[in-house]
Amino acid sequence: MNATSTPAGSAERAKDTVLSVRNLTVNYGDIRAVKGVSFDVRRGEIFTLIGANGAGKTSTLRALSGLCPCGGEIVLEGRALGGAAPEVIVAAGMSQVPEGRGIFGALTVAENLRLGAWIRRDREGVAADLERMFGYFPRLRERREQLAGTLSGGEQQMLAVARALMSRARVLLLDEPSMGLAPKLVKEIYAVLREINARGVTILLVEQNANLALRLADRAAVLETGEVVLSGAGAELLDHPRVREAYLG
Amino acid sequence: MDYALQQAINALQLGSIYALIALGYSLVYGVLGMINFAHGDVFMLGAFACFVLVMWIPLPLVVVLPAVMVITGLAGMLIERVAYRPLRRAPKVSAIITALGCGLVIANAVNSLSPYSQSMPRLLEDETHTLFGEVKVSSLQILITGVAVGLMVGLDFVVRKTRFGMAMRAIAQDRATVALMGVPVNRIIALTFGIGASLGGAAGVLYGLAYPVIAAPMGVLVGWKAFVAAVIGGIGNVRGAMLGGYLIGAVEVTTVAVLPSTYRDLIAYSLLLVILIFKPHGLLGRPVNQKV
Ligand SMILES: Nc1ncnc2c1ncn2[C@@H]1O[C@H](COP(=O)(O)OP(=O)(O)O)[C@@H](O)[C@H]1O
Ligand SMILES: [Mg+2]
Repeated sequence: MNATSTPAGSAERAKDTVLSVRNLTVNYGDIRAVKGVSFDVRRGEIFTLIGANGAGKTSTLRALSGLCPCGGEIVLEGRALGGAAPEVIVAAGMSQVPEGRGIFGALTVAENLRLGAWIRRDREGVAADLERMFGYFPRLRERREQLAGTLSGGEQQMLAVARALMSRARVLLLDEPSMGLAPKLVKEIYAVLREINARGVTILLVEQNANLALRLADRAAVLETGEVVLSGAGAELLDHPRVREAYLG
Repeated sequence: MDYALQQAINALQLGSIYALIALGYSLVYGVLGMINFAHGDVFMLGAFACFVLVMWIPLPLVVVLPAVMVITGLAGMLIERVAYRPLRRAPKVSAIITALGCGLVIANAVNSLSPYSQSMPRLLEDETHTLFGEVKVSSLQILITGVAVGLMVGLDFVVRKTRFGMAMRAIAQDRATVALMGVPVNRIIALTFGIGASLGGAAGVLYGLAYPVIAAPMGVLVGWKAFVAAVIGGIGNVRGAMLGGYLIGAVEVTTVAVLPSTYRDLIAYSLLLVILIFKPHGLLGRPVNQKV
């Protein structure tokens, strides 16, 4: 097993790599939050980035979505996206479910979803996808004309996932979707992630909850103080002594 | 009774103009959480742009009004570009001072070109219709109120029912997350400034029709009153700005009717204080959840 090596960008691997991150750095003034992180996400897989609070997970995802200035390379399906504006990145096929959900509470559930489809012009397609989302999350259908701020935490998380999918993203970034949710709801959300993934959406999942994430993921990397310290198959890392000690204790 | 009705009609006209200007303050506050302190001067610029256009080529109002709205709309977008966007990460005070600076530049530019007040030429034949008894309404009053209400209904529709309006409302709540939806946030903010400024410009034209003596200081004099209207209604709230505008219009007209006219502004500003004591967020405003 190669659990300690960083992923190599060898030629045959590069072929099925959908998202390639090289030497990503994020600084906040003097604070170096991400210090040269590299990883590859392959088409159709669930890749998870686990790490403790403050490890740099959110900063990494924000950089991938173009929300904060960063150094290094971000390549999505062969297209260099480092320094691109958020709307360019969404249009390129990558969208994000942000930390804390980022629901627009003063907008209705349906409006939140339509905002997620902002870059699309195909009205019928959007309407069909709205129905598809209500299929994944029936509770949202009942509340479609309700203000999103009146939803429970779990429903808001479902809405955030559905909203990100409305852009027809091929790569979905999720920042701690299990945060603050009861185990039953987390299960529900994870089941939907599995289904979405089965339908061909590549997932990059960031979690503090290592146990859950590693069980779901095909491959994973461990982030500590802004650096990747371990990577490998999800199941492998689940058994790794260092992970067991630090994250699963 | 007739007298009261007559005053109500006058209040409706004045209130329409205040409401239209107040909307500009409220829209910008809604998306940025900041006051556009150049807005009163944009209103004044609208009146002068109308004056210059009409003196140059005597066009009918249906052409002049949209033209002025385009001119002031572009001015608003320019203000956003030079005063607000570069300073979005700077302390709010810096952006406010820069906006004040923009307003002062506009006011002084107009003042240098036209140090004295100007008389707005007549753009249409004004007929007075007697409704009943002593109550009269002029076709100008009908036009001013009608145009203002039309623009406000249009704006309300845009904010509530269109994609653009949806993005505006979302930006008001959480700008960073709106960007994650693929919404070009900067463009929406710039357009919001533009729409607010074009409404202010339209108000300038209507003001010039109603009170045909225009001068550079009117930007501050009328602008501040409209700002008070926006705050009373609940700044950031579109319907609140309209309500506040008509309220200030009514208070002014009533004050002048029953007290010496020097009391007019005193009463309007006192109303602001009283309302804010009891409703700190204005009549229709809600506490905003501030996000970084
Ligand atoms: N806006 C910010 N300004 C300054 N420091 C920040 C900011 N955001 C995050 N940090 C710092 O960067 C580091 C990584 O944070 P973050 O990416 O949020 O980690 P995680 O999501 O893994 O908890 C932390 O030390 C945090 O304090
Ligand atoms: Mg985080």
